[in-house]
Amino acid sequence: MNGFILGVAMFILVLVGALLYRVWFGPTAIDRIVAANAIGTKTTVLLVLVGLLFDDVGMFVDFALAYGLLNFMGSLAAARYFQRSEKRAEAGLRHPLPVRSKEDAS
Amino acid sequence: MSLFFDLLSGSMMITGLVFFVGTVTGMLRFPDFYTRMHAGGKGDTLSTILILLGAAIHVFEDFFYDPLQWGVLLVMVKILAIAAFIMLTSPTSTHALMRAGFEDAHEADETVVDKDQDGPSLEELQSGTWEERS
Repeated sequence: MNGFILGVAMFILVLVGALLYRVWFGPTAIDRIVAANAIGTKTTVLLVLVGLLFDDVGMFVDFALAYGLLNFMGSLAAARYFQRSEKRAEAGLRHPLPVRSKEDAS
Repeated sequence: MSLFFDLLSGSMMITGLVFFVGTVTGMLRFPDFYTRMHAGGKGDTLSTILILLGAAIHVFEDFFYDPLQWGVLLVMVKILAIAAFIMLTSPTSTHALMRAGFEDAHEADETVVDKDQDGPSLEELQSGTWEERS
């Protein structure tokens, strides 16, 4: 079972590495924050799995809980910081979502 | 019985991994901010909860074969508490981030906008000349 848990943890690590693409190249700031938030959530899982591997879950579970709390507070603070309500009012948008066409995207 | 617990926790972890693969694929390949958020918000929560449930079952196996070890049961309850905590906080932060992006006037991609027959055309949406029906 230990080998299986190690495999699961490695697979999560590989996928987190793929998510780092979104953190690095994300077109907008909030894309980066969302990807970082997902990585933080998976770090909580990784801490529990590492605890299972080391046969010391009782210690690592506390770390995981504290890390999850910090991650939540961090993403909430970032969301409040990047919420600029006046920008949408300045743009004078009628439709709630501005739409980007194929020509603009290139 | 050990095989039963192993199969249960292993299948839960593998299901969680499948959902996480979906999350990562969606976040890397979806065209605009809102759809990426959709993939990241849901799949991340569910995969985290499933993998943590698998870990909790794995811990519970020790308690099952050696009862009166209340410390082990406490660890399982803590893992379940983390799962419940993630279930509460992950949608909350997704909501806050989505609201921040919406207020920041992020653009939606053309391919994900619903085009029905009597709705506005793309040009009307972009120029803001479309009057919303009351």
